[in-house]
Parts: sequence; structure tokens; C-alpha cells
Amino acid sequence: MSAKQILMGLNGDESVAYATKQVNPDIVAAYPITPQTIIVEKYSEYVADGEVDSEFVAVESEHSALSSCVGASAAGARAFTATAANGLALMWEITFIASGLRLPIVMAIVNRSVGGPINIHNDHSDSMGARDSGWIQIHCENSQEVYDASITAWRMAEHPDVLLPVMVCLDGFTLSHTMENVLTLPDKVVSDFVGEREFITVEGHMGETELRLNPEVPLTFGPVDLQDYYFEHKLHQIEAMKQAFKVIPEIDAEYAKVSGRSYDLLHPYRMEDAEVALLGLGSTMGTVRHTVDQLRDEGVKAGLVKMRVFRPFPSSELVDALKDIPAVGVLDKSLSLGAPGGPLYEETKAALYHLPKKPLIANYIHGLGGRDTGPQLIRGVFESLLEIKDKGEVGDPMNYVGARP
Amino acid sequence: MSTRKPGSKELPIGAVVTKSSMEYETGDWGVEKPQIDLEKCTQCTLCHYFCPEGAITVNDDGYPEVQNNYCKGCGICAEECPVKCIEMVRMK
Repeated sequence: MSAKQILMGLNGDESVAYATKQVNPDIVAAYPITPQTIIVEKYSEYVADGEVDSEFVAVESEHSALSSCVGASAAGARAFTATAANGLALMWEITFIASGLRLPIVMAIVNRSVGGPINIHNDHSDSMGARDSGWIQIHCENSQEVYDASITAWRMAEHPDVLLPVMVCLDGFTLSHTMENVLTLPDKVVSDFVGEREFITVEGHMGETELRLNPEVPLTFGPVDLQDYYFEHKLHQIEAMKQAFKVIPEIDAEYAKVSGRSYDLLHPYRMEDAEVALLGLGSTMGTVRHTVDQLRDEGVKAGLVKMRVFRPFPSSELVDALKDIPAVGVLDKSLSLGAPGGPLYEETKAALYHLPKKPLIANYIHGLGGRDTGPQLIRGVFESLLEIKDKGEVGDPMNYVGARP
Repeated sequence: MSTRKPGSKELPIGAVVTKSSMEYETGDWGVEKPQIDLEKCTQCTLCHYFCPEGAITVNDDGYPEVQNNYCKGCGICAEECPVKCIEMVRMK
């Protein structure tokens, strides 16, 4: 039975801050950067007003923010940080360390384009740049999803079969600075749901002990790990990502029981008999849903698949959702300059490659540097897909939606 | 050195260290070892303090002893010895 909830007016950043306040992590170490700033401002207020027990570490850079979280998390603390764009770029080195040392840190990424040229607005170039670092990535469509993911992320990260850090990604300004209605759970329901951090036991050099720093039974975190062992430790991370496929839906199902809101790795919409479909991440998918409804009213068999969890990449669910669709468009809000296409497009094609009969697939790069992608542009994308379906061939798969040629 | 190393399923996660640094014997790294002429040694113990590996201990009689299991053969002790009683000898 779901708990009684309070409707609040929150923007995306405030949703992160409010959910994190309810989680009450041991430390928050963060450096403000547009458009993540509100998270840091709000959380420092909570700390100053004594509403949380968290230690707020006012660091001098993002590199130090994540490094502080690494140290705290290794010591057994719940550690939270948040950043965007060039801030995440400055953390890049430490993102691999957090994951490699298996530290369940939660970080909000308020997606913003990585300069230059300098730009403070939304695209996915920041989190896509960190896609190989071993973090789970959850992409949110609206502030409600941001609130919910900011709670469930802790359980996913800390699950004994996973132990990987999690990025909760929300689109800068589109979500971060736009107030929406958000249903919030009572504090106690959240604290009961996240519970206390649990630790697995490992065999260290002083014998069996919990996987955390403890002066009574010392462990060494982050030693030099060369040709003879590094590869095996990477196998551990590969296995953890596999386990995450199983664990994430379990935690989402448990959360659905208390919140009444259910989530999945992928969210297909009106896909049953679809002839053209769009796959994408984040807030754009709300606009796509609106357009799909309009097109359906006009008799066009359009559908969409929203990918909520991008890491681990849900290949088999994606194959099930797309295998019978004649023409599929992949919306990428970032570039991989010099590559065959955007990252989501490339991985989607790789996932479908082994099918004997494959959909026709085209890539639609959109929204770079915050370029608005309204319903008219999405309608144009569906028209392009209908043309591909009728012709039976893709031609040039690369399309730059809303850019002036 | 042909002992089988543990596979990923046998290793603890998080790349935590499984054995003490005492068990990592680094004495086979170098090509030279210090040989101390105790006749000339004045028991100043500078070699003990200068050794970056802590591989020169001082015995109950006050004389230095090289722990060859850990000595990497860097030669700092020989360089610093004020009475030049330490000679670096190439290992066979």
C-alpha cells in the first residue's frame, strides 16, 4: 500500500536536494556550477538550518568534490555530490576511481553541454563523456522521476551484488530550473526505504572484514594494480553491471509499492502496432510523447521508447521493443565527433545487429547547446521516418534536427 | 614464479589488498647488494636512516644489518656512509 504523499512545487534541482535531504547522507561534497547550483544552495541551507545530519564539505573544485566522496565512501559513509558539464569533466579521473574501488556514491548530473565554445545550456555531452567510467546512469524525463531516482539510486548503488556509483541525470534548465508538481513521500518512508548502508565482507590482508576503512582491521583501497590483477578487477565491474540488470528492477518494484510509481529500464509507449518509433533519453521524450499522441489521433502509427537506464545498457529489452518496428529514429543529444553517429544510435545499432530482420535506423542529433526541440521538430523527425519506411532505405542516417545548414 | 594467480572469482572486490606488504619481497628487484665492512663501521647508523625501504636494521650490538629480502639495491647507503665501509656488489 502506497504512503500518503505531499504535492510540492519543485524544480529538478530542488527535487534532487529535497530527496537527498530525506535520504540524509553522511556527507555532501559539491562545488556549484550552472545549472546544478540550486542543488548546492538548497542543500547548504538544509545543513545551515540543522535539517540534516550531513557534513557539507565546501570544496574548491569538482575534482576535490568527488575525491572527498571517494574517501568518505571508502570509510563507510553515504556520500553525495552533484555537478554538470565542465565540472564533470574535471571529475573525470575520479569517476573511474569511484567505480573501480566499488564505492556506492550517488551523483546528480544536471546535463549541460561541455564547452567550448562555452555554453551553459542542456545537452548530454557531459554524461555521455563519462559513459565508460563504470557508473550506472539513470536519465530522468521530469522532476518526479528526478525525485524518485534520487531515492532509489542509493539502494541500487549499495546493493551487495552491484556496489557501483550512480549518476542521476536531469536535463539542465529544461528540468533543473522548471517548477513542476512533484509528489513527495513522508521523511520516514524515505528513510525506511533507504535504510542503513550495508557492507559485504572481504578477505583483506588482516583477515575477513567489512569492505570499508576500519582502523581495527585495516584494508588498503586503491593500491597499484598492474598487468597481473587489473584485468580481473575489471571482470568484477563487468559482473556488477550484469547484476544491476536484475537489481534495478527489483528496487524499482519495491519502490513502486511505497510510492505507487513504477519504473523500468525502458519505457515503451504506444509501440504495439507502431510503424515508426523514436528512441531517446531524458526530457525530450515528454515532447515526443505529446507528438506521438497527436500523430496517433491523425492515424499515424507512431510510438516511442524512452530509455531510463542507459548504463547498464538494456540491450535485450531494446531488441524486444524495436525488433518488429519498420523504421526507428534514435534521438541523440550529444555528438561523438568523427564517429559513425551519436552514442545512443551506435549502441542501439550494435544491439540490433544480430537480428536476421532489422529495423531501418536513422540518427537524429538534436538540442545541442540547449537548442529548443519543440513538437514541430519532432513531427518533422517522424515525417522523415515515414519517408524512410516508404522508401525502404535510410540513405544518409545522420540528421541534425533544428540546426541551420 | 609459475604459481597460479587467483582468478576474478577468488579475488575480493574493490581491488583491496589481500596480503601485507611484508609479503611483497622486493629483494629481487635490483642487481647490486650492499656489503658492509664491519671492521670500518663506526655504528653511526646513517645507512639505517637513509635507506628508503627500511631494509637496513640495527642489531643489538649496534651494527647495521641488510635485509636482503627487501633491499632493492639502490646504493643510497653506500653513497651516504661517511667512512665508506659499504660496497655495492653485483649479485650473481
